[in-house]
Amino acid sequence: MKTNKIFISGDEAVAQGVRLSRPHVIAAYPITPQTITVERLSEMVEAGEMDGEYMHVESEHSAISATMGASAVGARTFTASSSQGLLYMAEGLHYCSGGRWPVVMMNANRSVALPWSIYGDHRDSLSLLDCGWIQVYVEDAQEALDMIIQAYKIAEHKDVLTPMMVNLDGFILTHTYELVDIPEQKMVDEFLPAFETPNKMSFEEPKNLGFSSKPDDNTEFKYQQNEAMFNAIDVIRDVDQEFAEKFGRKYHDMVEEYRCEDAEVVLVALGSVCGTIRVVVDKMRAEGKKVGLLKIRYMRPFPEAEVKDLARRVNAIGVIDKDISFGYEGTVYTNVNSAISKIDKYVYKSNFVGGLGGRDITKADIEEMFNKLFSGVENKSEEKVEFFSLNVETND
Amino acid sequence: MNRPKHTEFKFPTHIDDYPTGPQYTAGYLPETNAGWRTFRPVVDHDACVYCLRCYLLCPDGTIIKDNGVIKIDMDYCKGCGVCAHECPKDAIEMVKE
Repeated sequence: MKTNKIFISGDEAVAQGVRLSRPHVIAAYPITPQTITVERLSEMVEAGEMDGEYMHVESEHSAISATMGASAVGARTFTASSSQGLLYMAEGLHYCSGGRWPVVMMNANRSVALPWSIYGDHRDSLSLLDCGWIQVYVEDAQEALDMIIQAYKIAEHKDVLTPMMVNLDGFILTHTYELVDIPEQKMVDEFLPAFETPNKMSFEEPKNLGFSSKPDDNTEFKYQQNEAMFNAIDVIRDVDQEFAEKFGRKYHDMVEEYRCEDAEVVLVALGSVCGTIRVVVDKMRAEGKKVGLLKIRYMRPFPEAEVKDLARRVNAIGVIDKDISFGYEGTVYTNVNSAISKIDKYVYKSNFVGGLGGRDITKADIEEMFNKLFSGVENKSEEKVEFFSLNVETND
Repeated sequence: MNRPKHTEFKFPTHIDDYPTGPQYTAGYLPETNAGWRTFRPVVDHDACVYCLRCYLLCPDGTIIKDNGVIKIDMDYCKGCGVCAHECPKDAIEMVKE
């Protein structure tokens, strides 16, 4: 297959994916580490390389409001944010998914204040797991570009009509330069049909958009929204398959298993850290240790079937969380644990909370996690939530 | 644009009867809404010159243009009296219900 590789950052890869998807309206407010994406898009619109309208809005709240308004009447829309900006959008995020308006956004995963931090973790998007958006987490710049294109096809599908958030790790992905294949516009046009809104209106057929509901039927609208999210699972599979046939890159649907076939102990993670885990898995495999990686791509809809399937085959599952739901455990762990609890088998589990506020999760850290899982199974250790790589002694 | 009329509402019995999200054809009026009207506008058609000032100013859009004659949609008229107050010919009288 012919490729056209250029050396760009993850942020620029997202901008390229957006350009190729031909949105009609882009409304975004710059925030580190997403800034380069919206700068590039602004430049492309200015230079006439894109036909869309770029709205320079005064805040993230306005960015989501503008994009969902445009989406409601049938425009393809894009917004992007991160951290505090994403949280400032929070009201609009629920509003948008309830309206069934398939806005696509990029979120550069970044920690949440206080303490103020511009560096990466997953606390921004995971704290909005319940806002009704499809959430995908990518591992590299190529996947970021490709998932923007896929996101429009998934979100705008008539059985889904749900907005989608493409998450990439702040700095680790947004600011790292990689060779990224830029698909041809013609091929993207063939892959991505025009968005057909169910809300087409005219003077003859006016529509009332985003009305209120009484207790009589609010639950039905929420039921419908939940069904749409489950419908997305099949659509994600179909779109990924079609994408692979068209562009030669496949992302294994809801999750990707890496060397899990005969694994005894597996680490579950989201995003860029999966790249590091692959290296450690290869090293430990070479030493005869049966370890594997489950890369969760989609947190919503959640890959329950895939997690259960894996849990039936392994002895121990460790979950890396770049977040903590204070007073309990990591959010990824809570979700994974819920799936595992539905199978009729005991699996040793452990939650490693780490990588907060941009702290590296190193190869040595990951190897230690695998070894803790092996010893946990052997010694029947207590299952617990562990803050990984603390630099100080604690009172525990 | 056609003036919407009161339509009998059938509550959905299947989830597929619902629209995709809270949006639907505008002007679908499932309920009448004039229950609290105390005074009702009565038009003196001999005095009316069809200037349509009432049509423009009615806050609920209940004035109907019908071939040179003003009619009032009593399913939605709240009896506010704006039309009677504004009529330059005093052709509308508010009469107690």
